[in-house]
Amino acid sequence: MKMLMKGTEAIAEAAIRAGCRLYFGYPITPQSELTEYMAKRMPEVKGVFLQSESEVATVNMLYGAACTGKRVMTSTSSPGFSLMQEGISYMAGAELPAVFINVMRGGPGLGDIQPSQSDYFQSTKGGGHGDYRMIVLAPHTLQEAANIMGEAFDLAFKYRMLVTILVDGMIGQMMEPVELPEWKNIEELKEPDWALTGAKGRKPRKVTSFDLDPYELEKMNLRYQATYKRVAENEVRYEEFKIEDADIIVVAYGTMARIVKTVADSARKEGIRVGLFRPITLWPFPYERLSKISQNVKHILTVEMSYGQMIEDVKLAVNGKTNVDFYGRSAGVVPTPMEVLEAIKKIAR
Amino acid sequence: MIKSIIIAGFGGQGVMLMGKIIAESAMLDGLNVTWLPSYGPEMRGGTANCTVIVGDEPIGSPVVDVPDVVIAMNIPSMIKFEEMLKKDGIMILNSSVIDREPSRKDIKVYKIDANKIADAIGNSKVLNMVTLGAFARVTGLVKLEMIGKALEETFAGKNKKLIDLNLEAVRQGMNSVS
Repeated sequence: MKMLMKGTEAIAEAAIRAGCRLYFGYPITPQSELTEYMAKRMPEVKGVFLQSESEVATVNMLYGAACTGKRVMTSTSSPGFSLMQEGISYMAGAELPAVFINVMRGGPGLGDIQPSQSDYFQSTKGGGHGDYRMIVLAPHTLQEAANIMGEAFDLAFKYRMLVTILVDGMIGQMMEPVELPEWKNIEELKEPDWALTGAKGRKPRKVTSFDLDPYELEKMNLRYQATYKRVAENEVRYEEFKIEDADIIVVAYGTMARIVKTVADSARKEGIRVGLFRPITLWPFPYERLSKISQNVKHILTVEMSYGQMIEDVKLAVNGKTNVDFYGRSAGVVPTPMEVLEAIKKIAR
Repeated sequence: MIKSIIIAGFGGQGVMLMGKIIAESAMLDGLNVTWLPSYGPEMRGGTANCTVIVGDEPIGSPVVDVPDVVIAMNIPSMIKFEEMLKKDGIMILNSSVIDREPSRKDIKVYKIDANKIADAIGNSKVLNMVTLGAFARVTGLVKLEMIGKALEETFAGKNKKLIDLNLEAVRQGMNSVS
């Protein structure tokens, strides 16, 4: 049965159904409803909801809880995500699975509370220190956001990696009909062989991101890199929309991608053949596929709610094969379909 | 078919709920819907608005440049959204509050004395449901039966009298336009 839900609520309920019973968080607009939903819902499913004193504390609670091998998550918005970066780096080094939701808002600094996509660099290139990566998923509808939660936890455990769901305030705040995913039976979730559960009757285990011997730390790092390589080879996800006959391919993700779907239809009514390439995994970015399809088009246009962040990956993929243009607004201003259509017309001329 | 509606008014006039009931009724009727709130630093007495899109095709952008319908509950909202409205588009005005005419002549205007009708029903708060009734009658986008179901869903666990009161307001709103 479809239910009319807010994005934040759909994500929270889907996470619980995916087996998450440990949530730590600190309220921040535009995702406070997610924290609120978890506060109400976790006791009902015998889970733990804990509101910390700050995002710095949140991420370290998550660190501790993730060590036990359970499905753990937090949610925040841009300034809060910044505060979590140190812990994120530690968790990445300790190869811990956990899911982060970042409902982006305008920045930098305190910024505002309106939708934005200006945390792309921070999420995909590493906001914390060290050579680490996290898997970054960018759903563009509430149904996709709900569906992707189970996958986020599965990927986190399969690779012992952090997964971020990167959405913006619009996806957080809007409502859409959602068919909630099936319940995962948490009894059937296997306890990982690295989980810290008390060493009674077995050898002690250690979860750490630390080794003073550079050659030992290098070994750990090479292991991380090998994991990242496997993820990049196997877990790239993207959607193509009307690209077969397109002269212009727009690259956009999340909210911007759904706006571009409307724009592609209006552009076609005016005789401009526009398609959309939508990365679903922002890391690993679909370099190979974008490289391939860019050979046959006159223009690539990257549209973002930022002043140009994903475009750097788009340019790496296209590698000079065709023109790459940009249109974007940031700081909480969402480009309207008409503005994007104008940007396309400018290129088509 | 994809139709877009902007609903705007003072915070406290129930414009967000009106939008939600429209979206939910259309969803229960099998249509695709999106509901997008303005969520700036809103407060009671300030202005608030939401954008609702309903359609039988997948909905791309939840953001709208040129709405098919504008429901304005106060003067600032009428002025703000009038110019965006599509040519031959529909503007529904709460004439209890808006004592002037919109300046555009290429739109269809419906005036609803929403506060007065709500007061006559016995609860001034249901002015949003009166207006929703008028919207349903004028546009044909949502059915009374589905509005009833959406109200039951929204007020689940609350007093049945509350649902009946809201539904009565919707009915009277429908009857207020011909």
